[in-house]
Amino acid sequence: MSVPFIKVEDLIFTYDDEDSIDKHYVLKNLSLEIEKGSFVCVLGHNGSGKSTFAKLLNMILSPDEGKIYIDGLDITDPEITEDDLFEIRRKVGMVFQNPDNQLVATIVEEDVAFGPENLGVEPSEIRRRVDSALETVGMSEYATHAPHRLSGGQKQRVAIAGIIAMQPECIIFDESTAMLDPQGRAEVMNTIAKLNREQGITVIHITHNMDEAVKADRVVVINEGEVFLDGTPKEVFSNVEKLRRAGLDVPQVTELFYDLSNHGVDLPSDILCEEEGAEILSAWLKK
Amino acid sequence: MLKDITLGQFFPGRSFLHRIDPRTKIIAALLYIVAVFLCDSIMSFIILLAATLALIALSGVPVKIIVKGLKPLIFILAFTTIYNVFFYKGDHILVHWKFITIYLEGVVFALIMGLRIICLLTGSSVLMTYTTSPIMLTDGIERLLSPLNKIKAPVHEFAMMMSIALRFIPTLVEETDKIMCAQKARGADFSSGGLIKRARALIPVLVPLFISAFRRASDLAVAMECRCYRGGSGRTRMTKTHFGARDVILFTATVILGTVIVLSNIYFPIWMI
Repeated sequence: MSVPFIKVEDLIFTYDDEDSIDKHYVLKNLSLEIEKGSFVCVLGHNGSGKSTFAKLLNMILSPDEGKIYIDGLDITDPEITEDDLFEIRRKVGMVFQNPDNQLVATIVEEDVAFGPENLGVEPSEIRRRVDSALETVGMSEYATHAPHRLSGGQKQRVAIAGIIAMQPECIIFDESTAMLDPQGRAEVMNTIAKLNREQGITVIHITHNMDEAVKADRVVVINEGEVFLDGTPKEVFSNVEKLRRAGLDVPQVTELFYDLSNHGVDLPSDILCEEEGAEILSAWLKK
Repeated sequence: MLKDITLGQFFPGRSFLHRIDPRTKIIAALLYIVAVFLCDSIMSFIILLAATLALIALSGVPVKIIVKGLKPLIFILAFTTIYNVFFYKGDHILVHWKFITIYLEGVVFALIMGLRIICLLTGSSVLMTYTTSPIMLTDGIERLLSPLNKIKAPVHEFAMMMSIALRFIPTLVEETDKIMCAQKARGADFSSGGLIKRARALIPVLVPLFISAFRRASDLAVAMECRCYRGGSGRTRMTKTHFGARDVILFTATVILGTVIVLSNIYFPIWMI
């Protein structure tokens, strides 16, 4: 097995609690490895430390203790140069929750160009990257529009294009679908899946939406600053009781099948997809 | 609807003036303004008017929009005209009634002042705001001021601030709208009472607006850092602007305009004021 793209060892992150002398632990002994090209979903309830974890990965925050290796480079090394830091931020792009607060320019294509411009890329190459990034997210026809006239899902796709134009190897989506309506959510999720599948970009998707987590290769549940569950969506969501204890729900279909099998009905309890569930149920009802 | 606010007066298009480097347009606008103030005779005014009309034609901006853009000026125009008609002293009395005396020179001067203001605004806005997008304009200012970098003036930061401010105007306007609705739903009253009462009613709108603006600023700063922003050094631009034949034409034309106006003042000093 090759070296994992992201390797995190015994990460500790604290902040001073206003109400007590003790420090408040956001992350305690978090260790994780993420393979290149994988699609990982990080789940956790509010305050579980999942967003903090994301911000540590490109050094927006720095940990109190522990090591973070990105592509083999130790980014927690105090002697890391500023150039290394910017290279890390180029490799590990980040898309945030509020689409309005991450667009810089008054015209869509100028905003997408912002990242490559900061990297000092040649003008003709920027032009090429901007066009292809907008094409990838399906926003080419809006290239010369003003961002404030777009819908939430469209704005978020422009933000994603702005990251793609920097040619990252990994993109972290920090609750990027949380503020969108169902349609915008679907648009963004399709774009994310496409990037992972067609361009081999490693995706770390942070969310508390269970139905989105089902689409990932791997689900990591963070609770109380530690890895609580880790595995394929099927493996993770079969732990219905455990997830509930961590303050999380499971997808509705899974919950239905779990309750049915608890009541003595002979059905599998690891169904994640609604279509699959419907088929099994109708077959079972016909019996 | 507040959301439909347009940024500046930019009128998108691909006319001769639209395709000129913003730097040339800024310099041309400055030269044009100087030319307006050099106009001292009837002849020079005719030349100025012709030049202004030519600029409008070159910009492709409909005259209707330009006239609409002059509307906020009505008060200033009316004031200057009336003031000059009544208070300018000359030799040729036109009307004399009780304590009011209107001189011929006053009427001429009033007309010329009005015309001067109209030309000043139309010419400079056709050259800059109508035909240059806000981002191109700030870009142009940044490039023009770039020699100041040598004395450590934060030119890039200044231009960045301007363009971010422009970007967030519609967002904040929309937010103000939302907060006002939310406060109305809680029983706030923005439309009755005197000036002081109304101004006070705005406090519950401004406080949340400021808090939210600071939060947005902090989010944006993190997002910009994530996109490798580190100030102006080592930065490239997608749109490479360079001076072309058009720029030379416009620049030469404005210089000629200024020269012709000065010469016409000297050789055709009709109705010198």
